Amino acid sequence: GVLERSREQLLRQTCEAVVLGVLHPRTAISLVLQVLSDAGSLLSCCLNAACMALLDAGLPLSALFCGVTCALQPDGTILLDPTARQEQEARAILTFAIASSERKVLMATTKGSCSVEEMQQCLAAAQRAADTIFQFYRDSVRRRYSK
Amino acid sequence: RTVEPLEYYRRFLKENCRPDGRELGEFRTTTVNIGKCSCSITTADGSALVKLGNTTVICGVKAELAAPAVDSANKGYIVPNVELPSLCAERFRSGPPGEEAQAASQFIADVIENSQMIVKEDLCIANGKLAWVLYCDIICLDYDGNLLDASVFALLAALKNVQLPLVTINEETGLSEVNLKQKNPLIIRKHPVATSFAIFDDTLLIVDPTAEEEDLATGTVTIVTDEEGRLCSVHKPGGSPLTGAKLQDCITRAITRHKEVKKLIDKVIKSITPK
Repeated sequence: GVLERSREQLLRQTCEAVVLGVLHPRTAISLVLQVLSDAGSLLSCCLNAACMALLDAGLPLSALFCGVTCALQPDGTILLDPTARQEQEARAILTFAIASSERKVLMATTKGSCSVEEMQQCLAAAQRAADTIFQFYRDSVRRRYSK
Repeated sequence: RTVEPLEYYRRFLKENCRPDGRELGEFRTTTVNIGKCSCSITTADGSALVKLGNTTVICGVKAELAAPAVDSANKGYIVPNVELPSLCAERFRSGPPGEEAQAASQFIADVIENSQMIVKEDLCIANGKLAWVLYCDIICLDYDGNLLDASVFALLAALKNVQLPLVTINEETGLSEVNLKQKNPLIIRKHPVATSFAIFDDTLLIVDPTAEEEDLATGTVTIVTDEEGRLCSVHKPGGSPLTGAKLQDCITRAITRHKEVKKLIDKVIKSITPK
């Protein structure tokens, strides 16, 4: 449906921005994501899975990216990586794809409305959380290749 | 221009302007035609035609009656549909809607939902029995970049023009009676306005890109704001990375643009209300 198409467009353009396509001319890189279970923060999970798969495939990337979802609760607190229940109760949900180079924003989507300050706060929180995720990438890859 | 388009554009961008003479932060001339008199769709309940430079988008809203869903008995439906027919640009072929059209439809649905411009409870006539369904068809007649801005604007203008007839449910027969003589306008709570930017070479941001600029750009950002300065949507589908500060610049420009667009809509509405 249209929701899947819109998600595909987000993922595709995010990956296109990091994959060094010039090194692989006349090549099609096909990324298939199958959702096994959805317990909230689905889009950022897809982004993380996509990045790790590209890493595992050994494709040349200009930067790594990770997906972070922030939920803005009705009382104003920012919740990172919300569950499905927390997403439903939240006032706004912001998903960012943060690049590993200088923590720049690669992709941004919002659901629900928020003020400009709240968005900047969520972005800052997401950039800090990106550090944890990149550390996880590093550990997973280390584990994979140390066996 | 045809042999080395990127170099051609870079030469202009170095001087902080663009080939069509605009500044980096300047929009193309926006014109809007609302309603049955100046717009073409006489069979629709509300219609608007928006021209953003050469990009032409027409929106028609048709209201129909339907039974509301079981789990949300007091909510009506709003169904937006964006179509990019093959006549608007040579890259679009006829057939099932392509990814761009579907992504745009989803974007418009998200904007309506996020901004709460139409509260679905307002569309309910009788709890659990009858509700309005608003089919919003947004069709691009000429694609010259910046489809999302024009679509959101056309949708807003068309919805402001919609007049819904009064519907009552006859107690004895249980059937609905439509009173075409008495019409009420739709209650529009918020007025979202979209502002799109194209990112060039990871650093430069230009507002309201044409089709040529969109092709050469390395990324796009669309920001939708409402009249209170709240962000209804930040849509950045991939493309070059941006720092938080650059994003903030985009948001400030979007808020200014909102005021311009609001003034334009109010002027047009005022000019057609006496009829």
